[in-house]
Amino acid sequence: MKTITVYGPGCARCKQTEEVVRKAIAASGVEAEVVKVTEYQEIAMAGVMATPAIAVDGQLKIAGKVPSVADVQKLLS
Amino acid sequence: MKPVSEPVPEPSLGSASQGTWRTSLTSLAQRYPLPIAGVLLAVWILLYNTIEPLSRWLTTQMLGLSLDTHLGSAVQFFLYDVPKVLLLLTLIVFIVGIIRTFFTPARTRQLLAGKSESIGNVLAAMLGTVTPFCSCSAVPLFIGFVTAGIPLGVTFSFLIAAPMINEVALVLLWGLFGWQIALLYLVTGLTIAIVAGWIIGRLKLERYVEEWVYAIPATGHADPDAPLTWRERVQAGWDAVGEIVGKVWPFVMIGIGIGALIHGYVPEDFMASFMGKDAWWSVPLAVLMGIPMYTNAAGIIPIVEALMGKGAALGTVLAFMMAVIALSLPEMIILRKVLKPRLIAIFVAIVGTGILFVGYLFNLVI
Repeated sequence: MKTITVYGPGCARCKQTEEVVRKAIAASGVEAEVVKVTEYQEIAMAGVMATPAIAVDGQLKIAGKVPSVADVQKLLS
Repeated sequence: MKPVSEPVPEPSLGSASQGTWRTSLTSLAQRYPLPIAGVLLAVWILLYNTIEPLSRWLTTQMLGLSLDTHLGSAVQFFLYDVPKVLLLLTLIVFIVGIIRTFFTPARTRQLLAGKSESIGNVLAAMLGTVTPFCSCSAVPLFIGFVTAGIPLGVTFSFLIAAPMINEVALVLLWGLFGWQIALLYLVTGLTIAIVAGWIIGRLKLERYVEEWVYAIPATGHADPDAPLTWRERVQAGWDAVGEIVGKVWPFVMIGIGIGALIHGYVPEDFMASFMGKDAWWSVPLAVLMGIPMYTNAAGIIPIVEALMGKGAALGTVLAFMMAVIALSLPEMIILRKVLKPRLIAIFVAIVGTGILFVGYLFNLVI
């Protein structure tokens, strides 16, 4: 089971990112849990400097852009 | 962790929902990047040179309007300027999108850490123009900079330059005012960011940053970016076009639409009395009006250009534009998370003064 963390204070692009992640999980059939981090303090603690950002199992993979479903699928496989 | 079906290796990096024509276009572009780029550029140049005569033809022949009438000149202005600005935007946003893949926030921070203050201010302002930045990222970026030991003033130089000088503003200025004004905006904007940041640094305002920010340990900030391939950089350019042009085109249309109406219907010299050179109070008024207004450069610049055609002075117009773009209320509200009100007030006062100065300077010189 993978854990996908979506970092974003709640702007439009961050919500979009969460949707993309959920779609990618559904499309790939991988079992994964989505965690949303919206607190600035926590975002900063994770070392994220550009939101939206995505980490897989605690490893930062994408920062500062809304990925495509295909991008996230690649991270899941 | 059980992939049900291995996703078919897709040549496109874009999402599958974007249609097959785009997928095939992307794969074609990936196979023959240089010839395709050449063809696209040729098409672009052809289009760019067609829109002026085409807009005249459409207005006079298709719609049967005379260019001497109010309606005719407004329609022709609209039909010419909208495609012109959108074409320029597409090209520049694409190029900037590629350049930006070299300047992630993490890399920018790395470049700034350990620089002495004055050099840091200059470098930060310049990096602010190319580092990808959106106002919702301002807080994590601020924390990332400050915890890495980058001085507060240098951080502010970056935060002032990033929204003020962006490719959308420069393209619109270039397209509607000419390259001289775009360059003028770039240089004065950079100067304000450098000087304002330097002053904030000299004032030693660290105590007005929320305490919890300094309590955050300087974690080895994660940088997700494995070195990108050129293919990925070009893809990033296309993504930027889709995202930025896709977002600002309605503003461009509305802005130029209002601008066209002003061009066609507002009498000459109408603005001279209250936005002209002789009205000394017009510059501060323009700045005060600009702060609460929140729109992007794409919406405000066409309107401002039309006002100038009706006798508003360049300095006043430039000051208004800078205040709208650089001093936005939503960004201040976001920054309130990490800055105490006092520091936000000082920030607004210093940047506002800089903008005032620019306004008066250009009214005086030009």
